[in-house]
Amino acid sequence: MSDHPLFSTRNPWFGISVGITAGVAVLSAVVGLIWLPLLQPHLQLTGVWDAICSAAGVPRAAVQETAVKPDFKTSNVVMTSEMLTKADQVSIGRGATLAQRCAICHGPQGVSDAHSPNLAGQFAAVTYKELNDFKTGARVSVVMSPFAAAMSDQDMKDVAAYYAYLPRVPSNNLDTGRPAPAVVVTGAPMRNIPPCGSCHGDIDNKAGSPWLGGQSVVYIKAQLEAFASGARRNDISQQMRNIARQMTAEEIDQVAHYYEAQP
Amino acid sequence: MLTNKRLILSHFWLAFIVFGAALVLGAWQMFVRSPLNTWHFNPEFYYRSVTAHGSAMGYVFPTLIAMGFGYAITEASLGKELVGRRWAWAGFFLVAVGAVVAMIPVSLGLASVLYTFYPPMVGNPFYYIGVVMVVVGSWIWVALMVINFVIWKRDNPDKPVPLAMYANVAGCLLWGWTAVGAALEILFLILPVALGLRSTIDAGLARVFFSWTLHAIVYFWLIPTYIAYYTIFPRAIGGRLYSDAMARISFILFVVVAMPIGVHHLFADPQVGAGIKFMHSVFTGLVALPTLLTVFTICASAEIASRLRGGQGAFGWIRSLPWSNPIMLATALSLVMLGFGGAGGLINMSYQLDATVHNTQWITGHFHLIFGGAIVIMYFAIAYDLWPHLTGRALDSFGMMRTQLWLWFIGMIVTTFPWHYVGILGMPRRMAFYDYANPAIAPQAFSVTMSAIGGFILLLSGVLFLLVLIRGQFGARDEAAAYRFAVPLHMPARIPVALNSFGLWLALMVGLTVVNYGFPIAQLMALSETNVPAVYVGAGR
Ligand code: HEC
Ligand code: HEC
Ligand code: HEM
Ligand SMILES: [Cu+2]
Repeated sequence: MSDHPLFSTRNPWFGISVGITAGVAVLSAVVGLIWLPLLQPHLQLTGVWDAICSAAGVPRAAVQETAVKPDFKTSNVVMTSEMLTKADQVSIGRGATLAQRCAICHGPQGVSDAHSPNLAGQFAAVTYKELNDFKTGARVSVVMSPFAAAMSDQDMKDVAAYYAYLPRVPSNNLDTGRPAPAVVVTGAPMRNIPPCGSCHGDIDNKAGSPWLGGQSVVYIKAQLEAFASGARRNDISQQMRNIARQMTAEEIDQVAHYYEAQP
Repeated sequence: MLTNKRLILSHFWLAFIVFGAALVLGAWQMFVRSPLNTWHFNPEFYYRSVTAHGSAMGYVFPTLIAMGFGYAITEASLGKELVGRRWAWAGFFLVAVGAVVAMIPVSLGLASVLYTFYPPMVGNPFYYIGVVMVVVGSWIWVALMVINFVIWKRDNPDKPVPLAMYANVAGCLLWGWTAVGAALEILFLILPVALGLRSTIDAGLARVFFSWTLHAIVYFWLIPTYIAYYTIFPRAIGGRLYSDAMARISFILFVVVAMPIGVHHLFADPQVGAGIKFMHSVFTGLVALPTLLTVFTICASAEIASRLRGGQGAFGWIRSLPWSNPIMLATALSLVMLGFGGAGGLINMSYQLDATVHNTQWITGHFHLIFGGAIVIMYFAIAYDLWPHLTGRALDSFGMMRTQLWLWFIGMIVTTFPWHYVGILGMPRRMAFYDYANPAIAPQAFSVTMSAIGGFILLLSGVLFLLVLIRGQFGARDEAAAYRFAVPLHMPARIPVALNSFGLWLALMVGLTVVNYGFPIAQLMALSETNVPAVYVGAGR
């Protein structure tokens, strides 16, 4: 029923529609990739080709400024969700032997009566990261640091695998009926505090966030205060420091008791 | 002539059951995050619910409507039985099973990634597999529509394809190509990570692929509504369609420019260059054109109907329209919501203004007004119009229908106007908890409460809608006359081949995609430093 074949220059529909589409495309490309970028002096473009590359999103070498180095050590561990999630029996066995030295403080079953943190059932990635940070000096403890200093990378992985393999043991103050404080469940958005449970479990678990259930009140409070004061600063991107600084003393007390009472 | 009534009815029923369930979730979401809720709840449930609500309302519900309506259009407008009935049933079951497969991990809390997937968050693989099944089911429909179109054209070389079928195939082609973006994202980027084969993901590239789908999917939702405007509304009010060619041009424009503009959803993303964003903005401006054409044509068609009934005066004719007719009412209310929503859309599409509303509740208010309001109210109208022809029984609870439509309109305004407003005040979207006791956000409490009340009005309207349909299933037997579509004022005997085929428009659609998406995608694929570790949700709880 046609007069001219559709894909032919003699069909006006073809010429007009292709012409308009191409025209708009070319015009928007010229304006967006050349004209507008060149109008912006702060981009410091060297010419048309540079403008096109910049506007098209080609990565440009950043101006080399001397980065300000912190005057303390930061953690050099890169956390991923897959990290150390697959343990093998040999590793666990080696870890069990190595862990004998740790038992005086962390307990023979990885559960401590002396306010040293419990390690039984802790995620392997967490134990590994903390040991690494003690070793590099990113986390400082007069008690712990010397033990970590002597450990090889494989040692740390093995111990981590062993403790992850041990079952968690609840504290004497276990009380699963204890209502969760608001900051654990909903956080405090206006102070930029996400719910603790969104990283530390119950809601979700994010890589590198330690299991807190059963940890002693004294330990939890000490760590939160250390994060808040900056005495502990091995948390990547200040995840915990930003939170702890915003918490009230009362909230710190509440969460410490809450987590101690959890399995 | 509707032959495969059970097929069509199954699509509509499943769509509306999914809609009803998701509506309850929507109202619950509105309530729990409002000041009306005074107790603490696990916020994880909120994200499960939003994922389920968004996936059901965004993927399953409109897809089933488009499919069911598409089959109805094929049989009614071409006047012959659908070719490929078995395949159509296979597509239906794929969608149904896919929806269930996707919803199981979501309800278990293993895939609270929201319907936009949000990589580097990665959930349970079955969620994505379910979504892919829904899409593949719909692709069967796309293929069937094209096949029926081609067969009919071959058998009727001298007749123009009926407008309803032409528009329907336009929607199919648009969807077929649009869904490719999200399919590539799921198959090549997300699923390998979800299945544990890789542990890093290029989140930027994934978002670019998703934007390929994200804008044009809204036109896929919209097309049944526009088909109803053009081909049901004028007939239902006893008038004629003002212009057949104008209608075809609108649908063609959707095919060509709806897709290569998705980067306007990435204005705040660093991985796409500013110049590329500008190009997409320009084409985004163009896509307002078909909507303006449509509003003009539909108003002109209404005027024709009114003047045929004796309507007088420059504006007086509006009073003479058949307002008690549910289709009339639905279309008018739909156009009002489209107007408000469109005005908001102009703000979203401008680079600078968008920065102030980006990721605030303004956005959710906006898409609920356009999609939940303007579009879905016409889905109701389509169902009301088709029902007697599908069930063979009278659908005559007109009072109930009018109440339902008014409630939907009022509920939508009460919900979305304050929803926009709190967005301007800076209320972020996709958060489960707001501390209204804090003086900084206490002024938002009233508006959020209003929205929640609007949500309950919508729920009421939804219940009423289902009641009307159920009553329709048990009404008095009454073989309705053959289903027909609106006739244009001037029935063209011959139309230009360009307005009767899709070859040229498909070529332009694909060509523009290459121009607008080619470079960003190629560049992100070439860069190796853009991968980040995946964040598995719900894995170690
Ligand atoms: C003398 C007691 C003592 C011994 C022995 C000891 N630790 Fe510790 N460990 C501590 C104390 C105290 C802390 C808490 C440090 C702090 O307050 O920052 C700690 C912290 C840790 C932590 C961090 C836990 C967390 O949740 O952040 C790990 C991991 C750890 N120790 C592993 C070991 C391993 C492995 C050994 C054996 C090689 C060991 N410790 C031996 C006392 C000890
Ligand atoms: C964004 C995720 C995130 C949120 C939210 C979060 N934490 Fe943490 N938290 C971490 C990470 C990661 C660490 C480990 C830091 C490191 O690398 O040593 C940590 C460490 C801790 C520790 C030290 C544990 C130990 O054994 O060393 C305590 C105590 C703690 N968090 C309490 C809380 C409390 C209480 C909240 C809620 C107010 C909270 N966290 C919210 C991620 C989070
Ligand atoms: C047919 C009607 C509706 C459709 C098509 C629809 C669609 C959607 C979609 C696609 C989302 C996005 C989910 C996300 O951001 O991940 C969403 C979110 C949401 N919807 Fe609906 N919805 C509809 C009705 C309703 C109703 C009636 C209500 C209220 C009663 C509602 C309340 C919500 C809420 C609260 C959110 C979450 C917003 C956020 O936290 O960002 N929806 N809806
Ligand atoms: Cu869009």
